[in-house]
Amino acid sequence: MQIIKDQKIIDNTWNYIADDAELKAGDISVSLARWQQDKPQLLARDGKLGIRLGATDSVAELADDLAHIQLIELDFPDFADGRLFSQAWLLRGRYHYQGEIRATGHYMPDQVFYLSRVGVNAFSAEKVEDLPVTLSHLHDFTVNYQNSIN
Amino acid sequence: MYQYNDIDQTLVDERVAQFRRQTEQFLKGEISEDQFRALRLRNGLYVQIHAPMLRVAGPYGLLNSKQLRKLAHIARHYDKNYCHFTTRQNIQFNWPKLDQVPDILEELATVQMHAIQTSGNCMRNTTSDHLAGVCVDEIEDPRPYCEIIRQWTTLHPEFDYLPRKFKIAVSGALHDRAATQFHDIGLHLVKNDADVVGFKVLVGGGLGRTPVIGQVIKPYLEKKHLLSYLEAVLRIYNLFGRRDNKYKARIKILVKETGMDQFSALVEREWQLIRDNNELSDERISAIQAQFVDPAYELDATADLSFAQQQQDHKAFATWVKHNTADHKTPGYRAAFVSLKAPDSPPGDITDTQLDAVADLADRYSFGEIRATHRQNLILADVKQADLYALWQQLDALKLATPNIGTVTDMICCPGLDFCSLANAGSIGIAKEINEALDDMDYIHDIGDLKINMSGCMNGCAHQSVGHIGILGVDKKGVEWYQLTLGGSSENNAAIGERLGPSVAKDQVTLTIVTILNVYVKLRLEDESFLDMVNRVGITPFKEQVYANH
Repeated sequence: MQIIKDQKIIDNTWNYIADDAELKAGDISVSLARWQQDKPQLLARDGKLGIRLGATDSVAELADDLAHIQLIELDFPDFADGRLFSQAWLLRGRYHYQGEIRATGHYMPDQVFYLSRVGVNAFSAEKVEDLPVTLSHLHDFTVNYQNSIN
Repeated sequence: MYQYNDIDQTLVDERVAQFRRQTEQFLKGEISEDQFRALRLRNGLYVQIHAPMLRVAGPYGLLNSKQLRKLAHIARHYDKNYCHFTTRQNIQFNWPKLDQVPDILEELATVQMHAIQTSGNCMRNTTSDHLAGVCVDEIEDPRPYCEIIRQWTTLHPEFDYLPRKFKIAVSGALHDRAATQFHDIGLHLVKNDADVVGFKVLVGGGLGRTPVIGQVIKPYLEKKHLLSYLEAVLRIYNLFGRRDNKYKARIKILVKETGMDQFSALVEREWQLIRDNNELSDERISAIQAQFVDPAYELDATADLSFAQQQQDHKAFATWVKHNTADHKTPGYRAAFVSLKAPDSPPGDITDTQLDAVADLADRYSFGEIRATHRQNLILADVKQADLYALWQQLDALKLATPNIGTVTDMICCPGLDFCSLANAGSIGIAKEINEALDDMDYIHDIGDLKINMSGCMNGCAHQSVGHIGILGVDKKGVEWYQLTLGGSSENNAAIGERLGPSVAKDQVTLTIVTILNVYVKLRLEDESFLDMVNRVGITPFKEQVYANH
């Protein structure tokens, strides 16, 4: 499975771990709830750690843990759910998170320009064949009116 | 008036290209109906009963003659020779074809216009006082701040997918002509104890299904903090506004459910964290203010004697001056309303030929600028008194001089069931009927200041809940009925109208209005306005007469 990261289409090296699944070796992502429940085990293992945030999760709950986290996925339940745009801004602008922020789920390719402005630097696509088009939408505008992250 | 620089123009051009591509993808089936809906709404495009409806932004109501001619051209080539001015100082076309909308937007971009964020759950066109910069009661001209907010809200990456629509209005005068107490955020330019101008910030006002008067969240905000404070409010709203029920998604519900104290504490905490990062510099404010300098008024405009003479000689002209012009800060000048409330035409509508003619009149008499009011009329804001007679004659010939501004026939009216897919009931037909019943101008002038607002459904586009008389169309088992309210106001004395009683049948609406007016004429004290009288006596005397035979 490929994704967009830092304006390039690359292979995804991360494994998605469901809440009821065993932890795996390598780079894995877990839900915020799983992280809060199994923090010691997750910190003790080798490999990078990613946390999946939903629209209703509070970014503030992760603020003290960000040094241990290399990936944060913002999982769109629906493209209209704009909370994740503010979550991305908070991660970068308030908590100075430097790792990968990846949009996943049901966002629209037409939203990636905004997403990249609020600090999202990676995108998984519902359909891999959409990736080149999604990549091109990162450049829909060459100008903007506001300060944001980018 | 603000002129686009390269950044403004590039942004609008790129937006047109983006929407052209999105429309093509949709027509090829590459974007789903659901997704295209969100994208087209953010470009002002609704799908209505007969055809799409395109809402073009009138930035805080300001237009120039070139733009008006472009609207005329669009009405002629892409629509049915007319367009409609709305209560939010925007312009609507009721008959565009979907595949031509990108072309229309491209035409608009050539005259520095667009339809960005005129609908959808995002920050909408910022509205303001239609007499901004010329009125006699102004603390400071609000238009530069409107432009700063226009830019900040346009394509804001974080706040384009809000729980619900979000509207900002700015007033710079003592008299609130911008209904700021009924906006998601209302801004008043005010002076502090040291005489320094800043903003009083109101939040959580709104009309629609649940009308709420906005509350003061910040009694005084320094100008430099304008954008950081807006950002704080929007971030709290974006994160915590309800998304489970679209009827409970406006910020007014968040404020109510959270409680004003708690809500304002949340905003304050957020703002303290960002206030130093996004300051509006004096240079930036001055640079924008420089685009709103006064036109070259003639210093001897008061020397003209013809104005007084013509009013003496022509009663109809004098009547028009009295009702359709407003005081101007510059001696010898007046602001002249262009009434879009002729008896036989739907409120707010204007034809392509009228648009072209008004553009010419603006060039000749008012420095080429035109304003749209939130009561759906136009204004030529800077007319020399010596020119008013000639202007009046020409407006009269165009059927744009009905001397009814602020009177009972200056109704605000939504498109209703004739065009809108949300509507439960017609409104244009009722407006026409009321106009036909009230055809005596002397009677209308005797009634005086009376604002009737009529919406075809409870979404309340015509602000019926703040009409002195509000009329709301409701559907009862497939039949159109009308609910009346009395005593609403969107001005300084903001109030939500009180329900008169059971709704009335369609064929009874005009009779009911006439009955209400009769009660007023009978019970008013000398010089007492309708609203003052309703506030004094309450609705009971009206109720007794209206429902006397029920």
